[in-house]
Order: sequence, then structure tokens, then C-alpha cells
Amino acid sequence: MAKVMMKGNEAMGLAAIKGGCRAFFGYPITPQNEIPEYLARVMPEYGGVFLQAESEVAAINMIYGASGAGVRSMTSSSSPGIALKQEGITYIAGAELPCVIINVMRGGPGLGGIQPSQADYKQVTRGGGNGDYYLLAFAPENLQETVNIVKEAFDLAEIYRNPVMIAVDGLIGQMMEPVDVDMEIPKREIPEKTWATTGTLGKRERNVVNSLYLDPQALENHSLKLKAKYDLMREKEQRYELVNVDHSEIVIVAYGTMARICRSAMEILNEKGINVGLLRPISIYPFPEKAFAELPSTVKGLLTCELSTGQMIDDVKIANNGKLPIGFFGRTGGMLPEPEEIVDAVIKMIGGMKNE
Amino acid sequence: MNSEKINCAGFGGQGVMLIGQLLAYAANEEGFNTLWYPSYGPETRGGTANCSVTISKQPVNSPVISKADSIIIMNKPSLDKFEDKVRPDGKIFINSTLVNKKVNRSDVEVFYIPVNDMAAELGNPKVANLIMLGAYLESTKLFEDEVIIKLLKKSFGENKAHLIPINQQALQAGRIFIRQ
Repeated sequence: MAKVMMKGNEAMGLAAIKGGCRAFFGYPITPQNEIPEYLARVMPEYGGVFLQAESEVAAINMIYGASGAGVRSMTSSSSPGIALKQEGITYIAGAELPCVIINVMRGGPGLGGIQPSQADYKQVTRGGGNGDYYLLAFAPENLQETVNIVKEAFDLAEIYRNPVMIAVDGLIGQMMEPVDVDMEIPKREIPEKTWATTGTLGKRERNVVNSLYLDPQALENHSLKLKAKYDLMREKEQRYELVNVDHSEIVIVAYGTMARICRSAMEILNEKGINVGLLRPISIYPFPEKAFAELPSTVKGLLTCELSTGQMIDDVKIANNGKLPIGFFGRTGGMLPEPEEIVDAVIKMIGGMKNE
Repeated sequence: MNSEKINCAGFGGQGVMLIGQLLAYAANEEGFNTLWYPSYGPETRGGTANCSVTISKQPVNSPVISKADSIIIMNKPSLDKFEDKVRPDGKIFINSTLVNKKVNRSDVEVFYIPVNDMAAELGNPKVANLIMLGAYLESTKLFEDEVIIKLLKKSFGENKAHLIPINQQALQAGRIFIRQ
């Protein structure tokens, strides 16, 4: 199919439907409002449920119910709204239910602002709520990648019986780009939902959706079972892109819109005769540690670039394991850097390394 | 053309977002890569608003434009904000009905177009943005009017089909102004 121009938020709404989503619960917040607006209009055409809840807390608990009944369900919000949903998210992870959550990130902390940000990185990649759990989390950089991942997220959520979060900065939600919503995604085997509470008809044992384990041994066993899933995700679901790392002394580590700005900076640097590579995490949980092992020995330093004061840099340090010097460049609060600011940061880092 | 980066700025309600959207839609129709992104605060009508459009044969990287090839300025605060944001030898298109100021730079090509006055003369003040788009397209030779009209027909549907001729006239008026 030919590519059509769509706004990021609307494209994510349509992608959810194409991914089999038949229940959406949400509460309004900028800059993701076009997702519920779009689904309110389109979901009924597909026989699904759209419901604007009375609050974020209500919306995420409706997801808990719908996914417990085996329905492919999604909620979306932006940073402060996602913060409100954390209680529900940890219950869903604890009860091992699949669901998809879109976070169109804006500046924080608190109510913050409404402009693009990546300052929820730690909340997204560390679970976000209480307890030993993680979300499978992706941070795409353009609309085609976003749409493909939203569709695939519904499969992944059921394969791992775990919430999947797609974290995009507000710009990806607000921009328009040509996109093909019907592009093929990898076909995976989806396990049957033997756990869903769909009614026993008197023919089977009842299914229970629960995250409460009062016996500490039972809870430890449960937590170890969850950990085995996260280990499997770390083994199988690391996604990343390496660009031009073979002949570069400096490799930028950046994701989402920041990665695109860095690509423009790399072109400007290339015209100046400076070769710079890019390591772009696409999955942010699991963090793509494998990508760092692939970097050639000619790489002499890493520059982490984020739309925050520095959150992913901790994961970069863990993956780098003390091997290379790591620099940082960030803008936050909704400010977006121009490519020239990245250019300056790279040149400064090269200068600093020569002086040492 | 290899690539064109445009900033379009004005008050909310002047149709600056639509100018940018039409350019991006037209670029997609004509087989270019393109990216449109809006920037505005929580205000609606009357607040300041601007959008960036990149049109390119190559994949679009940074959505943030540091130096535009062209800027379209629909009100005075936007000129103050964006005057330095156009590259040397770039183009500035100014709504001279509302901007009673000249551009300070001598290294850019400037077009002063009284689009609100011209829209009033055409009998519909709402088409000032389409006059501006016509002027921009005539100067840059980016797309033909037919592409824009086709997009408007699709977007207007049957209910607003009667507005097509006035929009066509507006695009033409902008083009004629530049030719003279």
C-alpha cells in the first residue's frame, strides 16, 4: 500500500486496531489526545470498545479487567498521566496480563510542560511501580517504525504475558510523516489464552487474576518466574540499529527524536571530515547491551544524547562496563536541540580526548 | 530541488498550520520524503503558532530546522522570532498587511505580500493563507496548483466543494503578485 500522511498519534491509534486492539480506555492529556480522539471515532467501526474513563487510575484498571478477560487492550497517556497509572501497571505485571501502553512523553517533573521530552526513561525502563517487575519497552524514532512496533506489541504482550510500553517523545505524536500502516510485521506464534477469565461453563477449573501472594515463599517463587521472563526478554528482544560505527572514533548513543537530530549532526560532521557513528536503542527494556559488544576496537568514546538531564546514560555505563569514556549532551523541559549543538558537543569531546 | 526546509509562522487561526500541511501532503503526493511538525502552546485562536516542513529526496532526519531555506511570516512577532532563522540566500515571505516592518538582512530575498488586503479584495478574508501559499509556490516552483486543489477537494468533501473556486483564485492571486 502507498504511504499516506498521518499524524503520529492517529497512526498509533490505527496501528493498535491493526494489531488487534479491541478495547481502549483512556483519559485526556496533551500531547497524546489525538490517540483517544481517533479511536473514539474509529474503534466502533471495528466492533471494539472505546471508553473515556473518569481518571487515569480508572482507565488502567479497566485495562486490568479487559485484558484479564483475554481482550487485546490498550491505554495511552502522557508523562504525568502515566505516573498516575503506575499502581494499575504493577498489578497487571504481577497478574501476568498482556496489554499495550503508549506514553507520549512531555516535560516533567510534576505537571511539567506539554512539549517533547524523554525524561520518563527511568520510569519506563525500571518498571515504574512497586515490586520486582519490568515492562517490555520500545522507543522508536519515526512513524513507520512506531506503527510497526505498536502492531507487534500486542503479540509480544501475549507471548510474554506482560505489559508492553511504547515510549515516544511528544514530537513523534504531533508530527506528520508518510506511513504504511499495513506493512508486514514478523509473524510469531501466539500462545493460547488458557488463563483468561472467560467463564468456565462448568467445564474447567476457574481462572483467577491476582497479584496478591501472602505466603512469602509463594511470592518468591512467583517473582523468580517473572524474572525468568525478563531474562528471556533480555536474550531475545534486544533491538537496536548501528550506523557508521566501523570508521568512527566517536559513537553517539541516542533514541527517538534525539537520534534523528543526531543523524543530521552526523551529516554536518561528515562534511567537516569527522566520522561519527550512531548506536540507536530501539528497545529500551531490555537495553541493547549486545550492540555495545559489536562496536569495533577503533571506537574511542561514546556520547550519550538525550532529551533529559541524563537518564539512559546509566544504562550506557552498565553496558559499556568501564571500557570507553562516556560524554553526555542533553536538552530538557521540552527544549529540542538544533543539530549544530550536537556537532559542537562531539567536537568538544574529541578535543577533550586529545588533551588527555 | 534536493531538499527544502520551511518554517511557517503566525497567529493561531491564520491558517499557518494548513499552509505547512498542504506542502507536506503535496510533497508526499509527488513522491518526496517529508515531515511536518507543529509547535504551539496551550492557546488556540490568537496565540502564536508555527510549523516546520522538510521536503527531501533523501530520508528526513532532524525534524528540527536550524536554518530554513524559506520562511513564511504571517504576523509581526513571527518576523522578530524567525528573521535570523533563514539561511543566507534564503527566502522570506511576509504578510505586509499585518507586518509594517522591513527585514533587517540584506543577504536574503524578501517578498512583501499584502495577503489580508488581497483576500478582502477576493471577497473572503479566510483565504489569505492560500494567497501566501500561491506566492510561495510561484517563487519556489515547488508544486503546481493542481496538486494543492486535488488535496483541498479531498479534504473539503462535497459539503465544502463550493469553496474550491475561491481557493483556486487565491492561489492564482499569490502567483500573479510574485510574477509582477
